[in-house]
Amino acid sequence: MLRLEKRPIPSRFWLYATPVVAVILTMIFGGLLFAAMGVNPFAVIKTIFWDPLFGEFAFYLRGQLLVKAGPLILIAIGLSLGFRAGIWNIGAEGQYIMGAIFGAAVGLAFYPTENRLIFPLMVIAGAFGGWVWAMIPAILKTRFNTNEILVSLMLVYVAQTILAKASTGFLKNPEGMGFPGSRNFSSFPAAANPELIAGSGLHWGGVTAVLVALAAWVLLSRHIIGFQIRLTGQAPRAARFAGVAPKRLVVLCMGLSGALAGLAGLFEVTGPAGQISIDFNVGYGFTAIIVAFLGRLNPIGIVLAGILMALTYVGGEMASTNLGLPSAAIQVFQGMLLFFLLAVDVFTNYRVRFGRVEVA
Amino acid sequence: MDIAGINLVTLIASLMVAAVPILLAAIGELVVEKSGVLNLGVEGMMIMGAIGGFMVAVATGSPLMGFIGGAIGGAVLSLFFAVLTLGFLANQVATGLALTMFGLGLSSLMGQGYNGVKPPPTGALFGPLGDIPVIGPILLGHDWMVYFSILIVAVVWWVLRYTRTGLIIRAVGESHDAAHALGYNVARIRLLCIMFGGAMAGLGGAYVSLVRVPQWVDGITAGAGWIALAIVVFASWKPWRVLLGAYLFGGITVLQLRLQAAGSSIPVEYLSMAPYLITILVLVIMSSGRSKAALNAPAALGQNFHASR
Repeated sequence: MLRLEKRPIPSRFWLYATPVVAVILTMIFGGLLFAAMGVNPFAVIKTIFWDPLFGEFAFYLRGQLLVKAGPLILIAIGLSLGFRAGIWNIGAEGQYIMGAIFGAAVGLAFYPTENRLIFPLMVIAGAFGGWVWAMIPAILKTRFNTNEILVSLMLVYVAQTILAKASTGFLKNPEGMGFPGSRNFSSFPAAANPELIAGSGLHWGGVTAVLVALAAWVLLSRHIIGFQIRLTGQAPRAARFAGVAPKRLVVLCMGLSGALAGLAGLFEVTGPAGQISIDFNVGYGFTAIIVAFLGRLNPIGIVLAGILMALTYVGGEMASTNLGLPSAAIQVFQGMLLFFLLAVDVFTNYRVRFGRVEVA
Repeated sequence: MDIAGINLVTLIASLMVAAVPILLAAIGELVVEKSGVLNLGVEGMMIMGAIGGFMVAVATGSPLMGFIGGAIGGAVLSLFFAVLTLGFLANQVATGLALTMFGLGLSSLMGQGYNGVKPPPTGALFGPLGDIPVIGPILLGHDWMVYFSILIVAVVWWVLRYTRTGLIIRAVGESHDAAHALGYNVARIRLLCIMFGGAMAGLGGAYVSLVRVPQWVDGITAGAGWIALAIVVFASWKPWRVLLGAYLFGGITVLQLRLQAAGSSIPVEYLSMAPYLITILVLVIMSSGRSKAALNAPAALGQNFHASR
């Protein structure tokens, strides 16, 4: 008989091995799924994980990787801080949308003024938009003890209706011949977020993601707040005795994750997406939850996980155009990855023992 | 009985129909949470029920088989959750989220080719009796699932309150260590509760795709699973209050749709965010104040059980 025995201390080996094993298991079972759908699994796995990096069109696709990884990393870093402390902000998608709307609204208010200060102002407005949207569940939680999971998620649906209103109403391009969507930022240089090096795919979002990852690493490993976050997650009672104010931590973690998601939204809407439109958001806020776990809630891990998840997006698109793989299959693939990750994680804290349980 | 161009009788009749999916999902989740498990994957299980039920109903031509298929679809997906949280002791919040993401993806994959297909209709149970004025549409004019959902609430209430099974479920949810010490198999009881929750969510999802809409669209449940989770909190884990909560939300949903159709001066976008905003408002009211609904939450909710001895 198999049984689990709690380890005295978490296994360092499994801490690092878990994501790798989970990815391999996902490739195997994902491959079986693709085979069941009548697509050659080896071709799909190669298209997703190999071609964007080293294939024929890698020169272009590598840039696309940065485009997708940037927002995923930014959002996931913010989420990971809260997740570590047991604060579950799962409404990052809504904060991402609100950041984009706030930032874009500020930029469009200045149209067609050309001034160097417009873009920095938009960045601040974007972060503010996400922060405000995350403050709603944070304050309701600290003030009324309301469940932050449900509130932050409900606000995603609210943000989506506001986005619909923005793209057909208050942010609609007055010269857009009646089509929904805002002005395109590519024709408004002061507010645009173009590639910093042509063809690299790197825009300000990618740069910010790397800086934020470094800052988060310093915060978690060198700063008292990082210590409080880790302590609260591992031993809430001990944290209270150590003088951690749980409410302040909720406001801080939710606020940071909201602001980062808002930033990601702003960089996306002014760069790769180009305009506010009813469906510019593609679910990065939800995928970032997988990224945060895949990166083991560790900033450096999240950077790697973000790039891996970007591979599944970029490669998935390739597989869908070249091999006719439905895009929903990639969504299943990503969901599977989170399943295996959570399952394999048991080995970090438990070891498997064979033999009967002895009655003491 | 018209208020602002809306007929009160048809409003009540249609809110009972609109409430069925969230009512079924919420009563299932209530049992799951009573056993101490927080399954946030309701949305995923609902949508698997929606596509499962739709596929079976279209294949067999029988709505009844469709609903059974939906229940199975939801229950099968909930098995993933059970294996991960009970077997691999994975974090319940994260696993629930994974279940939702996986369910949304898988349903959209399975649903390809079903767009625009019409499912077999589910007729009214009492036929012409529904034509009696006022009481007809409200009490007698519905399909059997409306009555079945109310029956399920009654059964859950009775089982949890008056039977040994209910006592065991509640014991496991309040203190899994004590239940284990008494010799109950915590994992098995929770597994059965999780599967019941999955089946109910699947049934609710099938009702969306077979009766409410009735067709298949990606993401058809549109957050109903999350509202069901909120209703369990609203109901402070009491079955009859789940019915009340579901009818309240059904009422809001129907009302905002009617107002949209009646050409209300309030913009459509603001009306359609109303159910979500009101959910938040209700959560705030229920979790604050002196009544302390939170105190009624099962004590072991969200905690994994590992028998060290």
